[in-house]
Amino acid sequence: MTTRAVTLNAPVPMRRPANLWRDAWHRLIQNRAAVISLVYIVLLLLIAIFASAVAPYPFERQDLDSTDLGPSAQHLFGTDGLGRDELSRLVYGSRISLAVALVDVLIVLFIGVPLGLIAGFFGRWLDVLVMRTVDVLLAFPNLLLVIVVITYLRAVLDQPQGPLLAIIGGLDGITGGLLGVFIALGLVSWLTVARLVRGQVLSLKEKEFIEAARMTGATNARIVSRHLLPNTLAPVIVAATFGIPAAIATEAGLSFLGLGVRPPLPSWGILIAEGVRNMRAFPHELVVPAVALAVTLICFNFLGDGLRDALDPKLKVD
Amino acid sequence: MTIYLLRRLLWVLPSLFVVFTLTFVLVHATPGSPWDESDKPLPASVKENLARQYHLDDPLPKQYVDYLWNVLHGDFGPSYRSVERSVSDIIGATLPVSAMLGIASMLFAIVVGVPLGALAAVKHNTWIDYVSSLITVTGLATPPFVRVSLLIVFFSITLGWLPTGGWEGIFDVRAIIPILAIGLGPAAILARYTRSSLLEVHGQDFIRTARAKGLTETAVVVRHAMKNALIPVVTVAGVTLANVITGAFFVERIYSVPGIGRQFVDSVSGRDYPLLLGIVLVFALLISLVNLLVDLSYGFLDPRIRYR
Repeated sequence: MTTRAVTLNAPVPMRRPANLWRDAWHRLIQNRAAVISLVYIVLLLLIAIFASAVAPYPFERQDLDSTDLGPSAQHLFGTDGLGRDELSRLVYGSRISLAVALVDVLIVLFIGVPLGLIAGFFGRWLDVLVMRTVDVLLAFPNLLLVIVVITYLRAVLDQPQGPLLAIIGGLDGITGGLLGVFIALGLVSWLTVARLVRGQVLSLKEKEFIEAARMTGATNARIVSRHLLPNTLAPVIVAATFGIPAAIATEAGLSFLGLGVRPPLPSWGILIAEGVRNMRAFPHELVVPAVALAVTLICFNFLGDGLRDALDPKLKVD
Repeated sequence: MTIYLLRRLLWVLPSLFVVFTLTFVLVHATPGSPWDESDKPLPASVKENLARQYHLDDPLPKQYVDYLWNVLHGDFGPSYRSVERSVSDIIGATLPVSAMLGIASMLFAIVVGVPLGALAAVKHNTWIDYVSSLITVTGLATPPFVRVSLLIVFFSITLGWLPTGGWEGIFDVRAIIPILAIGLGPAAILARYTRSSLLEVHGQDFIRTARAKGLTETAVVVRHAMKNALIPVVTVAGVTLANVITGAFFVERIYSVPGIGRQFVDSVSGRDYPLLLGIVLVFALLISLVNLLVDLSYGFLDPRIRYR
């Protein structure tokens, strides 16, 4: 804050009209941890998109003459038990993590938000149905639920019966098992956002501006999409950001247990599982993917913290 | 109070019943059996006999009712994989190990998390606060299998201070890494909640009164602020239990702890469905009971809360 002399009758300088998103952006870039995290995430995104250009070797190329090498100029992070370049596997693995992040956000936006809007706006039996489902599913640890469901999915998709399941099973095979992970994520990752949006809508729909909109003859669809939805966006963004690291960790955990992405696709969870197997002799094979995963998750959390502080109107005191 | 308790207890039953039915249906709808995967395919007659032995040839409703009846009598049926031990035996042998590990991890979380959060709140916006928030975010963000892996590499392999795995009871040095790996998650949750709820309490009148009557800062924080700040912290006990359970899946497996979490993971990969079903039920029961205890504890912590 700068101090300056103000004469009482001087014309008040025109202030740019306040804008939630611009204010939030200004607050966000003041937060050093959030900015560093954002830079890291953007970098990771670029690495994932241009993986084939960034990675020094193909991720599945084996070189049985140079297995379990330590870090060197040729192999920055060394090689694994089959002589595959760790850095390249890490780079390609980022694609899987970010694909999971993307799908998680899509699930939140296209399942969680609409269900929350519907439950909050129309109430009655729709509300009861959606919210009881959310309650039951939230009562148990996400991972427990996901593991039970994916055990079932794996078995069904491996021996598909009927044309629909055969198509899904085929897609699951092509994506290296990612589809099963997405379906399992779809079960749990929309829950908190649906509950959040419903709560917001319940309080918003009694406000005067909704009444005003109704008076001008707005239809239900218009009220929901033009008036309620934009007002719930800020908390949804924050919740979605916090949901991303949870989803990435779930995928890594499932792949670690052998329930997620199938080898040779280099999910970070698989890299960590392989690292655990070799950790006594070659700890770097474990440390590299574990640190990469940890840093990524921490950065998404810091970004979520920053967004929450930036978007929370309660903290807006200027 | 008694009526409230009874009603809450009655609510636990239907939710357990839903979990039971859903898991049962899911498990029985899953194609394939543990005998499909062996290297030497079994003859059809052997499979038939196995199916008869495990009552898999009964109609599904009968299997469901029989199983429910047995479960109510504490019998979870035979395990597919282990011939000589029933599911109840396996759970009975592994649950105590995990329970000890879980309780120790929770104690660790409370002893570390609550003071860490309190310190961060008292030293709000100083470097202590920032360091504590870095620790908290690290604990929140890293999944347990990453924590346990890095702990093993650091303490066991690099420094050589601790063994790389195994279990000799809770008072052995082998318990240190599992406790740290599982406990850091709940510790971070507790620290975060303690910090924010202390910060909220700090601005209130009774704190100013306590200061005004000349109490030391320590006395204000410990005797007045903490007491009121802990109520929201208790709320997260259910979340931390979930954290401990899912943490145990990975930590017990990587560190070779013979607990129920490892059994769960093994039952999934070995398609041992009766074992999987039994363990899910045990977890569901545990979680329901802890949530009930959390609700009941509000009344003791804050006498203003009345149950209806």
